[in-house]
Amino acid sequence: MDQKIVFLTILGMAAVTYIPRAAPMLALAARGIPEPVMRWLSYIPVAVLSAMLAPSLLLHDGSFDFGMDNLFLWAALPAFALAIKTRSFFGTVALGMGLVAAGRFFLGG
Amino acid sequence: MQERVIDNGKDRGAVFQAARKIAPLAMGYIPVGMAFGVLAQKAGLSVLNAVLMSVFVYAGSAQLIAVGMFAAGAPPVSIILTTFVVNLRHLLMSAALAPHLSKWGLGRMAAFCYQLTDETFALHSMRFAEGDRDRRQTFMINAMAQTVWILSSWAGALAGSGVPDVKPLALDYALPAMFIGLLAMQAENGLKWLTAGFTGLTAVVLVQAGLDQWSVIVATVIGATFGAGVETWTKK
Repeated sequence: MDQKIVFLTILGMAAVTYIPRAAPMLALAARGIPEPVMRWLSYIPVAVLSAMLAPSLLLHDGSFDFGMDNLFLWAALPAFALAIKTRSFFGTVALGMGLVAAGRFFLGG
Repeated sequence: MQERVIDNGKDRGAVFQAARKIAPLAMGYIPVGMAFGVLAQKAGLSVLNAVLMSVFVYAGSAQLIAVGMFAAGAPPVSIILTTFVVNLRHLLMSAALAPHLSKWGLGRMAAFCYQLTDETFALHSMRFAEGDRDRRQTFMINAMAQTVWILSSWAGALAGSGVPDVKPLALDYALPAMFIGLLAMQAENGLKWLTAGFTGLTAVVLVQAGLDQWSVIVATVIGATFGAGVETWTKK
């Protein structure tokens, strides 16, 4: 892989990451964002997170997979329960990865 | 001399306090940062580029998605576009913190925003709500958090070549598990959960329809409109 291209891609990623992080705060220093826009924006985090998450849990090779060997889906249930109960980011990541690793070890997936 | 001593004592106290505040956050950054480093190495990124991504981009989920796309041979433009969409959610976090920092001046606000992540947002919004807006403390927390992130990705990138397969360690589950944790942090009421479910199903339908490339942004726009629409409608 051409590391120069990777580096230029990283710079592009840095720019498009920084703009949404800084623009609202810097713009708001001057004036406010209209209420309906704020309301719409308030649903962006949950929407984008679930849009990225759901296909990785429910689909396998492009079709629904509710089989016992879909470890990604079954590990998500206790991980969700723990996340909602404790709000612990570390606990959730550790439990999710631990369950998938254990499932692969014991079921040989 | 007397003042120097007092200052040093204050410094140590502030460092200690900041370290205590970021401890839970660091616990989350270490496994995810290491997973990123290993996957970056597997995708063919040099150790230097893996570390530089953590320095310049500093966005966990976007970095993990990017190394997946690099591994799949995706063109740079689509990696950058995906990063933009994935990180759009920070718009709201930045807007939410703005009232607390309005007296800092543009330069300091610009510096603060560079290190605004899901996790530091959660931490600072709690601190600011309690009236703790100490500037030194805020920047110290941010600097420590990113240092942990950079060191973890560096360690992962170095260890990468020694990890024959990422599957037994479930490193490929770091990203979904992280989304679950972040989703639980963000979804503070029933309507947010409903929106999450609706958007997730929309994304699944879009992927099934063969719109893989666009599923995230299209589902996000439809989902956020759904949530805001239901909120507006039920309020009237």
